[in-house]
Amino acid sequence: MNIHEFQAKDILRRYGVPIPPGDVARTPDEAKAIATRIGKAVMVKAQVHAGGRGKAGGVKFCPTPDVAKEKATAILGMDIKGLRVEQVLVAEAADIGTEAYVGIIVDRATKKAVFMVSAAGGIDIEEVAATTPEKIKYHPVDPRYGLRPYEALQLGFFLYKDAKQAKAAAQIMRQLWQAFLDSGCSLAEINPLVVTPAGEVIAVDAKMVIDDNELDRKPAIAALRDESSEAPSEVEARKANLTFIKLDGNVGCVVNGAGLAMATMDLVKFYGGEPANFLDIGGSSNPEKVVNALRIITADPNVKCILFNIFGGITRTDDVANGIVTATKANPLKVPIVIRLTGTNEEIAVKILQDNGFSASSDMDEAVQRAVELAKGGK
Amino acid sequence: MAVFIDRNTKLVVQGITGRDGSFHAKQMMEYGTQVVAGVTPGKGGMMFEGTVPVYDTVQQAVEATGANTSVIYVPPMGAADAIMEAAAAGVQLVVCITEGVPVLDMTLVHPFVKEKGARLVGPNCPGLITPGEAKVGIIPGRICTPGPVGIVSRSGTLTYEIVYQLTRAGIGQTTCVGIGGDPINGTSFIDALRAFEADPKTKAVCMMGEIGGTDEQEAAEFIKREMKKPVVGFIAGQTAPPGRRMGHAGAIISGSSGTAAEKIEAFKAAGMGVAQRPKDFVELIRARLH
Repeated sequence: MNIHEFQAKDILRRYGVPIPPGDVARTPDEAKAIATRIGKAVMVKAQVHAGGRGKAGGVKFCPTPDVAKEKATAILGMDIKGLRVEQVLVAEAADIGTEAYVGIIVDRATKKAVFMVSAAGGIDIEEVAATTPEKIKYHPVDPRYGLRPYEALQLGFFLYKDAKQAKAAAQIMRQLWQAFLDSGCSLAEINPLVVTPAGEVIAVDAKMVIDDNELDRKPAIAALRDESSEAPSEVEARKANLTFIKLDGNVGCVVNGAGLAMATMDLVKFYGGEPANFLDIGGSSNPEKVVNALRIITADPNVKCILFNIFGGITRTDDVANGIVTATKANPLKVPIVIRLTGTNEEIAVKILQDNGFSASSDMDEAVQRAVELAKGGK
Repeated sequence: MAVFIDRNTKLVVQGITGRDGSFHAKQMMEYGTQVVAGVTPGKGGMMFEGTVPVYDTVQQAVEATGANTSVIYVPPMGAADAIMEAAAAGVQLVVCITEGVPVLDMTLVHPFVKEKGARLVGPNCPGLITPGEAKVGIIPGRICTPGPVGIVSRSGTLTYEIVYQLTRAGIGQTTCVGIGGDPINGTSFIDALRAFEADPKTKAVCMMGEIGGTDEQEAAEFIKREMKKPVVGFIAGQTAPPGRRMGHAGAIISGSSGTAAEKIEAFKAAGMGVAQRPKDFVELIRARLH
């Protein structure tokens, strides 16, 4: 789960990380009021879950509250990578001396959380990694001991020669580490970590990504979810315990299991079609899940054909068949449907479908080819 | 012969009285697996299905029955502890089926399991099956048949699909190993490939990967460097958009890394067969068995 910059900064402030004051605004007037309260030049920053906000014109320097209002008017409602800006952060503009990068990611290779620090901050760290990898120091943290003070200090001195600045950075890294652990992050970064002309070390931008698997035990973090920043269909799917990701094609896919769901999308593409979505109904099937899945998929006007691909292991194919029948009785389909199912209780499922006027295939390739044809308007 | 599990596997089921645990314990028993014990704290002394003793702790179960393998069906927030409990009790192979285990928990579990000398498979995996001998996990027994092909995969139902197509084509399996879809898991592709290379019964291997991470690329290098047996690979998620988690926590393209294209490139560079579709495994494997 992504959280916004202002939310990440709120968390980090609680751990003592020095961050210039700021607040979030939903209207230009609110932005002006915050800027007035701060009483200095501010930055107005779009709060959307997308990188490259600056390049898209979503981050502006505002010397006065009136300019803050004007810039907020322009940024609110703006579209950044398909996401509408609903709120802006109005934060005191920092005096910037140098810019560094400090981040923690969970690294699959070492199976540890790894600190990444670089004196080349202020730009995308992936760009630094690609062009000047020697400028990044990687430091895996032993999860049993956490980030020890001496390790933080080593990293601090990697960034700064000045002992006072190195110590300040070390302190910030320990605070970031604790916030990372307590919030259940899969990523936390400060970029840039700034040294001001006066020699203060401060965090000017922050980002946190939360491991979805943590949300059940961290309700305060789960409450930070901003549903307005997600596709409505994805919000609905999550509430129905389905994993759904909207795509741009016209073949609506309903599959059990993530790997098979991806392979089904790939096969749609292989046979010349485009998948409209990723949708995993999960392992234990109840007919209700199928009903919800069909409702979400048919709400997408791009969908020209629906494809079911079910391999019954734990999932009972008769449950799926019952779901299809129930859903289509309540809301008759306006587009054709192709059903492939095989595995547990297949004979019962096929009978249920046939009794209700559906046909079913047991071959995945055959079903996908048929769905692609139908989506193209074939008979 | 087979890898990791066989007819000598003595299994303890952690979470045996739960909904999933009891259902699958019965399935594993019906398949012929030696289920020697179950564990549910507070239900020690009970008999499961009239034949399997239930204990309060894994320690007790191991001491009483000599269980050497455990399978875990406990809720996600307790899964890390269940893995550690099994490893601490001296269980050699710990298979965690549970989906949704926080990844930071796994960073703690990993060094612990290593220290105890246990092997972990999973979490978020369908487990293993050695057709005709034993099954540990949730892979449907009836889609498998004994034979010369090793299977290793990050996915569940996609594996069933491919195994089923192989079985229908008359191509049997030595062992199917589902390593799971999480970013940090116990057994890697390389661990399973090394075991298949050493297993005299296995003549060829099917490997099913996904987008996200670099495990498949590292496996391809291992195959090129150390394997004599032929391996056919597949990558799911060629149409997945970057930055989105495709169901599995580990199936995410980060920046420009972890794409299907780079993994398929690595397979080709290692001289592996590449299945474009699941059904392509049948012909590619058949050609390599003869």
